[in-house]
Amino acid sequence: MASTEVERTEQTAGAEGESRLTRGRGSLEPRNLIRPIVIVALLLFVLLALPSLFSTYYVDASTQTAIYAIVALGLGVLVGRVGLVSLGQAAVLAIGAWVAARLLFATSLPFPIVLLASGLITMVLGTLVGLPALRLRGLYLALITLMLAGAITVVLATTNFPNGGHGFLGYNGASVHIPPIRRPSIAEGDNAFFRYSVVVAILMFLLVLAHLRSKPGRAWAAIRQSESAALAAGINTTLYKLWAFALASFVTGVAGGVLAGSLHYLYSIDFQTQDSITLLAVVLMGGAYSLWGAIVAGILLQFFPQLFNSWGVSPDWLTILFGIGVLQVLTTAPRGIVDQMPKDMARLGRLVIRLVRRPTPSTSGET
Amino acid sequence: MTVRFGGVTPLDSMSLRFEQGTCGLIGPNGAGKTTFFNVLSGFVKPVAGSVTAFGEDLLGMVHFRRARWGVRRTFQTEQAIEELSVYDNVAMIHEHSKLGGGTRRQEVIDAIRFVGLDIDPETKVGVLGAGQRRMVEVARAVVGRPRLVLLDEPGAGLPDDETEHLGDVIRRIPEHSDALTILVDHDMSLVSSCCQVTAVLDFGKLLASGPTAEVLRDERVVRAYLGTEETL
Repeated sequence: MASTEVERTEQTAGAEGESRLTRGRGSLEPRNLIRPIVIVALLLFVLLALPSLFSTYYVDASTQTAIYAIVALGLGVLVGRVGLVSLGQAAVLAIGAWVAARLLFATSLPFPIVLLASGLITMVLGTLVGLPALRLRGLYLALITLMLAGAITVVLATTNFPNGGHGFLGYNGASVHIPPIRRPSIAEGDNAFFRYSVVVAILMFLLVLAHLRSKPGRAWAAIRQSESAALAAGINTTLYKLWAFALASFVTGVAGGVLAGSLHYLYSIDFQTQDSITLLAVVLMGGAYSLWGAIVAGILLQFFPQLFNSWGVSPDWLTILFGIGVLQVLTTAPRGIVDQMPKDMARLGRLVIRLVRRPTPSTSGET
Repeated sequence: MTVRFGGVTPLDSMSLRFEQGTCGLIGPNGAGKTTFFNVLSGFVKPVAGSVTAFGEDLLGMVHFRRARWGVRRTFQTEQAIEELSVYDNVAMIHEHSKLGGGTRRQEVIDAIRFVGLDIDPETKVGVLGAGQRRMVEVARAVVGRPRLVLLDEPGAGLPDDETEHLGDVIRRIPEHSDALTILVDHDMSLVSSCCQVTAVLDFGKLLASGPTAEVLRDERVVRAYLGTEETL
């Protein structure tokens, strides 16, 4: 490192620029490898070890966490990357679950095809929900998407989720032996279905990551910062905003399909309009700009309530915690927990090291 | 060309012709300079008049299509995208132009080098200082093959040495990209060092236009700036 510094200072200004500018992008230096290795190790742990460490109760909670991490991911794209606040994502999830449940009852299509279909159909419908975004931003967009979500919730509540009945709606209110929504044959059990959900989540995260790293991601960053600057940069903002809604709706629709399989039975009561608001809160808490934030949001939304339940504490208390959390995020940590935690941990670590070192300076070399 | 917002007429039957190279556009606050840029880049539609550039009618194109055609602009408040790297900031403009992706990397690097930025192109713009961000914005304006480069007060808020560097870069734009550059700035030394010709706007009307040195000596221009003439 020192030698390259010397080299650089000896070069002329122009050549110096060249030496830095022509350096490869994303070169595979050892420090660049640490991140992927940690991620792969984490995923392997989650996929292989986690189900055997957890009871069925927590495996189910983890499955829900994976599903809602996908939903949070979609909302994170809209809120964090493009700056479009949608309060309709719970309804979009409901649409995905509906379509998937209907297809799973009415057809014998393989589960992945059903997921793809529910993703695509939800994408079309969710993009329609996003149409107001072409004219509105901020509070008004949030309000309109909330109203649309409310309308969808009302429609679902009056028509009910399909439970294997006949006809277009597939609902049979009189049936005694209601068949469960089927799962993929390779993932009938809870542990297997958890792994299946995580794999689907990984694929969705990769899909979003591929978007963020390429042309749409850059266009979204421009729109988020300034719409007029984006237009002046030649970006068709209408197209890219709809694209963001399409992507968010697609992953949310896929998540809805996984949700249908995981729960076996779906009721319209599972999809409340206000869930969208809680969802936005946890996405902001987790960190709307980060993909890790989506995972944190999934944990907050689905794992914590089960944790509270098992402690005998009502999960309703979480609403208050989320409120405090959002307040804290908006005032002091705009990038959410995933950004704040490592900083706090580093600070804590330094503090601990200082405390440990002070009384026993002789052992400090070992720590 | 005339632009009207309700009762306000920021550009009033104004007619202006720029030929080649780097041209200055000056005038007191509220003269209509930025409105003129907004008309060129498509954010404002004039109630009357036409804009023709290189034989093509610009008014017939919506804003983002004009950028693809080759209109580039910087804003008074610098608009380099904080969340993206320097490279991505510049590459983004290139990928929304008519140019193919094959030579993108080289052309983006060329543009970054052209504005004299000596930083790792993977650096996020958010961590750069004001002067460097401004140069990123200029790189965005010159990357690829722009035809019309509009610089809206690029020197605002920059210290003298950085303004000097900016001037060097602006002077070299025509040879770099063959584009017609229009520079709006209040810094007269920057304008006179960069522009062969300059036009002066005052209250939406063209006050003077011609070789920069002559225009700056023009009595009416001096009056408009110093306010010896009775104005509003």
